[in-house]
Order: sequence, then C-alpha cells, then structure tokens
Amino acid sequence: MLDHLIFGFSVALSLQNLFYCFIGVFVGTLVGVLPGISPLISISMLLPITFTLEPLSSLIMLAGIYYGAQYGGSTTSILLNLPGEASSVITCMDGYQMARQGRAGPALAIAAISSFFAGCVGTVLIGMFGPPIAELALKFHAAEYFSLMVLGLVAAAVLAQGDMVKALAMVVFGIVLGVVGTDVSSGRQRFTFGIYDLSDGIGFTIVAVGLFAVAEVVKNLENTETTEVFTAKITSLMPTLADMKASVNPTLRGTALGSFFGMLPGAGPAISAFSAYMLEKKITKDPSRFGQGAIEGVASPEAANNAHVQCSFIPTLTLGIPGSPVMALMLGALMIQGIAPGPQVMTRNPDLFWGLIASMWIGNLILVVLNLPLVGIWVKLLKVPYRWLFPCIFMFICVGNYSLNNSAIEIYLTAGFGVLGYILLKLECEPAPLILGYVLGPLMEDSLRRAMLLSRGDPTVFFTRPISLAFILVTVLLLITVIMHGLRKKREKGS
Amino acid sequence: MKVELRNNKDFFTGLLFIAVGLTAMVISLSDYPLGTSLNMGPGYFPSLMGGILTAFGLYIMARGLIKGEKIAGAWGIRPLILLNLGVMAFGFLIDRFGLAPSLVVLFFISALGGKEFKFKEVLILTVLMTVASWVLFIYGLGIPLRLFVWEN
Repeated sequence: MLDHLIFGFSVALSLQNLFYCFIGVFVGTLVGVLPGISPLISISMLLPITFTLEPLSSLIMLAGIYYGAQYGGSTTSILLNLPGEASSVITCMDGYQMARQGRAGPALAIAAISSFFAGCVGTVLIGMFGPPIAELALKFHAAEYFSLMVLGLVAAAVLAQGDMVKALAMVVFGIVLGVVGTDVSSGRQRFTFGIYDLSDGIGFTIVAVGLFAVAEVVKNLENTETTEVFTAKITSLMPTLADMKASVNPTLRGTALGSFFGMLPGAGPAISAFSAYMLEKKITKDPSRFGQGAIEGVASPEAANNAHVQCSFIPTLTLGIPGSPVMALMLGALMIQGIAPGPQVMTRNPDLFWGLIASMWIGNLILVVLNLPLVGIWVKLLKVPYRWLFPCIFMFICVGNYSLNNSAIEIYLTAGFGVLGYILLKLECEPAPLILGYVLGPLMEDSLRRAMLLSRGDPTVFFTRPISLAFILVTVLLLITVIMHGLRKKREKGS
Repeated sequence: MKVELRNNKDFFTGLLFIAVGLTAMVISLSDYPLGTSLNMGPGYFPSLMGGILTAFGLYIMARGLIKGEKIAGAWGIRPLILLNLGVMAFGFLIDRFGLAPSLVVLFFISALGGKEFKFKEVLILTVLMTVASWVLFIYGLGIPLRLFVWEN
C-alpha cells in the first residue's frame, strides 16, 4: 500500500494537480461558508467545465469542493450559528455556544484539527480497503453486479430522508430517463423523438444541473426571509491543553462512526455528524454540558462528517456504485472524460485512484493552513448578497453546459429539467435518488441482459449464485426492517 | 367524503409518475422489439421499468386520495419562469450573437427573478462577469466561444 500511496503523492504533487486541489478546496470553503449554495449546486455547476481539464485534475478539484465545503460549513456554524451545510447543523449547537463564551478560536481550531485527523484516517482507509474490494468486484459476474446495484439503489432510497416510497419511485424515474438514447446492444434509438442531440442520451450534466442547481436557486428565491448576521470575535486560536485532551477520544469515535456511515450508500454526512453527537452525549458523565459549549460536541461531529466524506469515495471508486448524489456527480465527471466507472478503474487508471487519495490528504492539509488564518475573510464573504450570486451561478450553468457540445437544444433541456426539478421539490420528491438511478440505469440494463444471456434466460440466476443471493437478501431485509419500523411508529401514533 | 384534488401533493406526484411510466411503457411496447428474457430487445427493460414506475405512481396517487396532504408554501412562479427564460434566451442567442450579448440578456432576465432588482447593480455585475467569463472560459480554459458573432 505504501508504494501505491507514494505513487499517488508523486502524481498529486505535480504543479497542475496541486493548483486544482487548491482551487477545489478554496471554492469548497467558499461554498461551505455561503448559505444557499450547497456542494451539490457548485459541483453540478462546475461539472461541465471539468471536461476541459485532465481526468485526474477534474476529480481532484471536485473532491476538494466536497470536503472543503464541510470545513467552510463548520466555520460559519461556530462563528455565526449559521450552518452553511446540512452536515454542520450539529456543530452549531456547541460550537456557537463556545463562540459566545469567547472561545471561538479554540472551537475553530479543534474543528479543524479533528477534521484533519479524520481526513488522514479516511485516506488510509481508502488505501487499505480500496484495492481488496476492487479485486473482489472484478470477479463479479453480471448477476452479482445487477444485485449489487439493486442493493445500492434501494439502500440509498431507504436511508435518504423523507418518504421511502417516493424515493424508490424516483430511482425508477431516473432509470427510465437513463434509457433515453441509443441502445448499446441493438443500436436502436430510444425515446429520442428524432432529436439528434438526444442520440447519446440526455447529458448527465443537463440532468444534474437542472435538478440540483436550477431548481435549488428557484427554491431559494421563493422564500422571503432574510437572515441577519452577527459575528463573534476571535481572540486567540490556540485551544488549551485541557481542550485538546478532552477532544482526543471524541475525535476517534467520530472518525470511526463517520468512516462506517461513509461507506454505506444513501447516508449523507449529516447522519454521521448527528449520530456522532448523540453518541458523545450518551456516553458522557454529564450530558447537561452539551448545548452549553462542550468541546466534545464540536470535535466528534466534525471528525465524523469529514471521515464520512472521505470514505464515501470507497464504494464509488472501487465498485462504480455511488452512495450519494455528490458521488454520482463524481462518477458523472469520470464518464464525461470517457472513463467507465467500476473496479477496473484502479487497474487501468491507477494514477486516478491513488492520485485522488493523495490529493485528499494534501487538500485537508491546505484547508487547515488556509482556513484558520483566513477565517476573518471568509466571514466577511457572508455579506455578499444572494442577488449577486445567483446570476453568476446561472452564468456557469449556461456557459458550462453549452461548451460541452455547443448545443442550444441542450440548454433548452437544462431549463426543462430545472422546471421538472422545481416541481419535484414542491411535491417533496428528493432529486437525489433520481440521479443515482439515472447513473446506474444503463449499467443495470446491461448487466441484466448479460446475466440473462449467460444463464440462458433463467431468472433464478440471481438467487442461485451465493454473492448475488446475499445482496438480494440484504436488500429484502433492509426493506422489511424499514417497513416494520414505519408500521410500529404508525401504531404508536394511533394508540 | 369528497377529497380536494387542488394542491393534493401525493395525487399529483402519482400522476406525474404514472404519466412518465405509461409513456415509457406504451412507446417501448409499440415501437421497440421486446425480445425474450434470454435475448432482451430494446423494448424489454424500458417497458419493465415504465410498468414499475406506473405501479408506484398508482400507489402514491391512491395514498394522496386517502390522506389529502397539501403542497406546502406558495409556488415561486416568478423566479421559476424568469430564471428558466434567461437560460432559454442564452441558448437562443449564443449561436447567433456570441457570448457577451447572451450573458447580458441572461443576467438581466435572471436578476429580474430575484427579490430585489437594482438596475445599476445588475449592470455592474453583468459587465464584471462578462469580462471575468472572457478571462476564465475563453482565455483560461480555452473553451472555443466567441464574445461577439458579427458574421452570419
């Protein structure tokens, strides 16, 4: 593994890749600080432009945005009680209390240190678990792949927040959208309605940008509340020795929880942060300190969400199965570059895998160095009004999507998906499962076809091969658990 | 009991899913060869998925009729129309007039979709961002776009 990591660092430390790593974490921090601009919006909006970059550089930059946003989010949570990201809501509880007690500096420092520690562990975990998982996955037959994708999609739909039935339906909706374009095995055009621009399918960036960026901005403009900003003063950054000591164990526990949830599909970093916080509250001797500025309440969730972000790359890079919409966007970035995601990435493009891992460690380091001294500047940025920001988002959306294929029709389609995305948001259908289904749909059709061909049309193949059966059983178990849980809740409510 | 359909959240969600699912199913069953499960034709998978989506749609619609939950909050019709109109206008103009005029139109139309519209601010923002996009996209990233298209 050491050889591989050294190789990774040699790739990631090239001037060009360092530059994009820096750009990534910089933009990420910016996005994390600014409320109303999520990593999903910014990654989907920058996705089309990454086409002009090299594959590794584009992945490094996009990954940097993702974990950089977690840092930025915690900064505003602590200083302003204003979570820039969903995953930093938890950090507000004790982080902001610490800031009000004049301990903003130590809170920020502990948040950064525990995040950095979690990031390092995440890097090592990917390096350790990546290769064996990919090796195992290379032995998968089409039937195993199909069952694994079913498991991944069901798990993502079930674990996502909100209505499970709707999430499952959205997955299928995504799969149906993924069918549009030329059928690989027969060469037949499907659902293209004679439009040439659709013969390659609806561009991934069109769906992603329309559903996430356009729809989100419209939603943000629909409510009329304005938030006022109060800034806490930072006196000293240095945490005391007691702070450090108190944070060691929570950081370790948060890292462990975050790494575990990160590898599961569907669970966002917010779940990791939340469970880490709850765990700390449960095992502490004096739970009443929580919510009053307990340093554990900052260290643990911050470690958890960063470990989560890093570890969510494991299934994405080794199996080609994204667990979250952000990871689906990462796969989309690979596909734009003409690289088919899956276990073969590690053997065919080792520089991509190891370079990305190494860059994440470097990026985490840059974040610690960049963020602590620059905190003041980030906070000032909060005063930039949203009415200046959203037209700029739209500039990126339009120019980026147009530059991919120089197609005006694709721009019209982007607007169409923006409208669809907004309607879905109003109907309380989360767009995340749709994008997962959209990415995996064509792969599912392909592996279903091959599995049936190899088994001579016998559908029991999914149950007779042991690994495939295991995936199916876990899927069924998951569904049963969630349905039973829902029924019990309903009964309790009724009585 | 009469169920109010107006703003019924799940009823319309179901309707949307049924519409998409049925369309997929009908088109693939009528236009694309189905094949057999051994050798699937181009119509097999989409008709299957269309069927599943329709089933989900029916369930959600029925649930909506029983529960009758309403869509929360007002619709942001103004930003919805203006922002997407801006995007469409960009697509329409970019081939014909080039990047700069398209951006001007995009910025002004989309800014009108915001809560406050200050002409001077939007003007400054437009000029700044047009220059920035020239530096970033055309000069920096080498995207083959032209600021102005005079010919054609």
